[in-house]
Amino acid sequence: MKKAPIHRFADSPIHRFTHSPIFIALWLALLFLPFKGLEAAGVLFIVLFAAVSLLRVFKNYAGKIKGLLSSLKKFISGRIRIKLPESKTRSIALTLLMSVVVMALPFYGHDYLIDIAVLSGIYIILAQGLNIVVGFTGLLNLGFVAFYAIGAYSYALLNTKLGIGFWASLPLSVMLVTLSGFILAIPALRLKGDYLAIVTLGFGEIVRLVLNNWDSFTKGPNGIGGIEPPHIFGMQISRLGQFYYFIIIFVLLAVFIIRRVAASRIGRAWIAIREDEIASSSIGINTTAYKLYSFAFGAFWAGLAGVLFAAKMQFVSPESFTFMESVLILCMVILGGLGSIPGVILGAIILVMLPEMLREVQLYRMLALGSGLVMLMIFRPQGLMGGKGVSFRS
Amino acid sequence: MYLLEVRDLTKHFGGIRAIEEVRFRVKEGSIMSIIGPNGAGKTTLFNCLTGITRPTKGAISFFDREITRLGRDSIVKLGVARTFQNIRLFKEMTVIENVMVSQHCRTQSGFLSAIIRSSSFRNEEKTIREKALEYLELVGLEAYSDTIAGSLPYGSQKRLEIARAIATEPRLILLDEPTAGMNPQETGEMMGLIKKLQELGKTIILIEHDMKVVMGISENIVVLDHGVKIAEGTPSEIKSNSMVIEAYLGKEH
Amino acid sequence: MFTQQLINGLTLGGVYALIALGYTMVYGILELINFAHGEIYMLGAYLGIIFLGFFTAIGLTSYSLPLALILTFVLSVIFCSAYGFTIERIAYRPLRNAPRLSPLISAIGVSIFLQNYVMLTQGATDKIFPNLFEKAGMEFIGARVTYTQIFIMAASAVLMLSLNLFITKTRMGKAMRAVAQDKVMASLVGININTVISATFIIGSGLAAVAGLMVAAYYGLVNYSIGYIAGIKAFTAAVLGGIGSIPGAMFGGILLGLIESFSAAYISSEYKDAYAFIILIIILFIKPSGLFGKTQEEKV
Repeated sequence: MKKAPIHRFADSPIHRFTHSPIFIALWLALLFLPFKGLEAAGVLFIVLFAAVSLLRVFKNYAGKIKGLLSSLKKFISGRIRIKLPESKTRSIALTLLMSVVVMALPFYGHDYLIDIAVLSGIYIILAQGLNIVVGFTGLLNLGFVAFYAIGAYSYALLNTKLGIGFWASLPLSVMLVTLSGFILAIPALRLKGDYLAIVTLGFGEIVRLVLNNWDSFTKGPNGIGGIEPPHIFGMQISRLGQFYYFIIIFVLLAVFIIRRVAASRIGRAWIAIREDEIASSSIGINTTAYKLYSFAFGAFWAGLAGVLFAAKMQFVSPESFTFMESVLILCMVILGGLGSIPGVILGAIILVMLPEMLREVQLYRMLALGSGLVMLMIFRPQGLMGGKGVSFRS
Repeated sequence: MYLLEVRDLTKHFGGIRAIEEVRFRVKEGSIMSIIGPNGAGKTTLFNCLTGITRPTKGAISFFDREITRLGRDSIVKLGVARTFQNIRLFKEMTVIENVMVSQHCRTQSGFLSAIIRSSSFRNEEKTIREKALEYLELVGLEAYSDTIAGSLPYGSQKRLEIARAIATEPRLILLDEPTAGMNPQETGEMMGLIKKLQELGKTIILIEHDMKVVMGISENIVVLDHGVKIAEGTPSEIKSNSMVIEAYLGKEH
Repeated sequence: MFTQQLINGLTLGGVYALIALGYTMVYGILELINFAHGEIYMLGAYLGIIFLGFFTAIGLTSYSLPLALILTFVLSVIFCSAYGFTIERIAYRPLRNAPRLSPLISAIGVSIFLQNYVMLTQGATDKIFPNLFEKAGMEFIGARVTYTQIFIMAASAVLMLSLNLFITKTRMGKAMRAVAQDKVMASLVGININTVISATFIIGSGLAAVAGLMVAAYYGLVNYSIGYIAGIKAFTAAVLGGIGSIPGAMFGGILLGLIESFSAAYISSEYKDAYAFIILIIILFIKPSGLFGKTQEEKV
C-alpha cells in the first residue's frame, strides 16, 4: 500500500467529513438520483454506506487479518504434513491432467460448453496476436479488430464469390491481413504512444464503416452467409466436436510459434523497444523495422483468427467487429498480464467464460467489465500472471 | 589515422545554440575527455554523434565515412556505442538479457529459423549467451546474470550499461558521465575498467566532471563552454589554460 | 446549399469545440486521453431531458418556461461537473504515477461503465427532448437558420471567450497553465496540483454538459451511445488544432464541423462518421503536433 501524501488539511474536520463513509455514499447516491429516482438512490446510499464502512473496517484490520492467516497457515502446516511431490513432477502431472481435461472435453461436455470452448480458442489466438503488439513491443493498438475483420471477410468473400475453399483461402487471407498490417504500420509507427492508439482506433472504425456501407461488395449490415466450413481429407469439419479439435490445433500452433519467436533475438528486440526505445536504437536495433514486424506478426494471428471465425460461424457481419471487440481483446491481454503467454490464454478464457456464466445478470456484465477494468488498473495493473521481469527465455 | 572527425558541428534548438561549430579529431585507440560546465552542450554533442539528434550544420565522419545523417542503428553497426547520463537499461529484462539483446546488430537469425530452431539459430543463440557472459565478466557482473536489471544497485547498473555498449562490438565507445554518483572506490574501479577497454583496442570518449578521472586517464581533452570549444590539449596543457580556468571559476579568479 | 451547409457546419463545429476543450485541457495537464469525456457530454444530454421532464411534471415549465430552462441548464452543468470531478478522484488519481497505459485503460473502463449505467437506468431506446422551440427560425441568404442553431453558435462563442479569459486572467487559470508546463515546478511554487486537476475536470465537464444539452435540443433525440462517437470526433478536433492548445481546440472543432457538414453534403453522407477519422489520420501523418501545437525534441 502506498502512503497517502501528506495533506495540509488531512486532519481538518472538513477533510475527515468528506472522506467519511456517509459522505461518500451520499455523494454517489446524489449523482445517481436523477437517473433512477429517489427510491433507487436511497437503496444505493444504504448499500454504498455499508460497503464503504465495511471496507474501512477491513482496511484497519488488514494487518491483523494477514497476521492471523499466516499464523493459521503455520499452525496447519505444523500439524499436518502432506507429502507433496517435487515441483517438477508436480507440474508435469498438472500439465497432463489439464491436457486430458481439455482433450476429452467433447466426450463429457455439453454442446454449449464446447461452443464456448471453440470461441475461447479463437479469442486465445486473437489475444496472443495483440499481446505481441501491446505486451511485447509496448505499442497500444485500439483497432486490432480491423485485422480480425479483414481476415474473416476475406475468407467469406473468397469463398462465396469465387468459390475458393478453406485451405486455399487461409494463406491468401492471412497474407492479405499481414500486408494490411504493414500498410497501416508504415505511416502509423512514426507516431508515439497515445497518438498511435487513436490512429489504430480510427483505422478500426474506418474498416468497420467500409464493411457496413459497401453494400454491393460486402452486403453491408446484412452480412455474408453460407460460408463453407473447412474440409480435411474430404471430410467436412462442421460438427462442434470436430471443430473443437480443429481449433485446438491452431491454438497450439499459435502458442508454439509465438513462444519460439519471443524467445529469439526478435522477441528480445521487441521487449527492448517496450522497455526503452531510445536505448534500443542506441544498441543497434532498427526500431522502426521491428515495430513494423511486430504489427504485421500480430495482424497475422488476427487474420488467422478471423478466417477461423468465419469458417466456424459460416456467417460474418460488421456487428462482430466493433470497437468494443477491440477493447475486449485488449482486456484479455491486460487481465492475463501484458507479455505473458500463459496469462493471456487465461485472460481470454476468463473473459469468454465469465459472461456466459453470468447469464442471469447479463444486463450488468458490461457494467462489471467497465468497473473491473478500472479496479484492475488500480489494484493489479500487471494482470493475473504478468509482473516484473516478464520477458522470454526458452 | 583518425577514427572520428567532427567538423564545424552546430546544433540549435530554436534560438538556443547548444553547440556552435565544434571541431575535433580522435585517434584510434586513445581516450579523450570532453569537459565543461553544466549546459555546455556535451550531451547534445553525444546525441549528434549517435544519431539521436540531427545537427543543424557540420559533418561527422567515422573511419572516413560520413555518418552525419545516418540512422541510429546504422551508426551502431558501423561501430559507435554509447552509455547514457541517466542510465537507460531495459529494466524488466535480466542482466544477461540486456547484454544478449545488445548483440542484435551482430546477429541475423530471422523468423523462420527461430521457429524451426535450425542449427544455425541454435549455434547463434549459444554464441550470444557465451559472449554475453564474457562481457559480464569483463565488467564484473557475471554473478548477477539472472538478476532483473532494474533491481541492481546504481553502480552495477552503470557497469551493465558499459557491458551492453561493448556487446555491440564497437570501435568507439562514448561514455556519458561514467563515474557520476560513485564513491572514490567505485570511481577507481571504473577508471580501471575504462583502461581495460582501451587495452582491448577500443577508442573512448568520455564526458566527465571528476577531474581526477579526466586528468588520470585521458590523453586528450576538449573543453566546451556554452556550446563552443574553448580549448583542446593534453591534461597538463588544459590544467594551465587560462580560458578553461575562467570558464570554470569565473573571471575574478 | 452552400450557406446552409456553412451554418450547419458552424453549429456542429461549436459543439465539437466545446467537447474538444475538455480533452485538450485534461491532456495538457495529465497527458491522458480522457476516453470518458464523451460520456460526460452524453450525461449532459440525458440530464437535460431528465430535469426538463421533472420540471414539466411539477408544472414549472408551464408556469415559467425560461426559469425551467435556466434551472435545467444550471443543474445539468453542476451534475456533469460533479461527475467529472468524481471520475478523476476514483479512476485517475490513484494512477497518477502509473505507466501511461494504465490511466488510458482505466478511462476506457469508465467510458464502458457510464454507457451501460445510462442504458440500464434510462433504457436502450432513444430519448426525446421536448420540442420547445418548434422549428422556429429565420431566412438568411437563402438558408434557414433555426433559433436553436443561433443559440448554439452564440453560446459556444461566449463560452470559448470566457474560457480564454479565465485561462489567461485568473489565478486558477494561470495555475492551470503552470501545471500543464511543469508539475514539479508548479508544486514547488506552492500550487496545489490536486486542486488544479480537479478544477480542470470540473470546467471541462461543465463545457461538455453544455454541448450535450445543446445537441439534445438541436437533434431532439439522444441515446446512451452518442458519447463515444462524439468523443472521438471531439478528440480529433483537439488533435487537429494541436492537443494541449486551447485556441487549437476551438479552431479544430469548428474546422471539423465544417469539413463534416460539407463533405456529407457534397461527397457522400454514408461515410459521415468516417471523415473525422480520415482527417485525423492525415493530420497526424503530415503534422503530428497539429495546427497549433509545437513539435518537441526527444529528451535524452
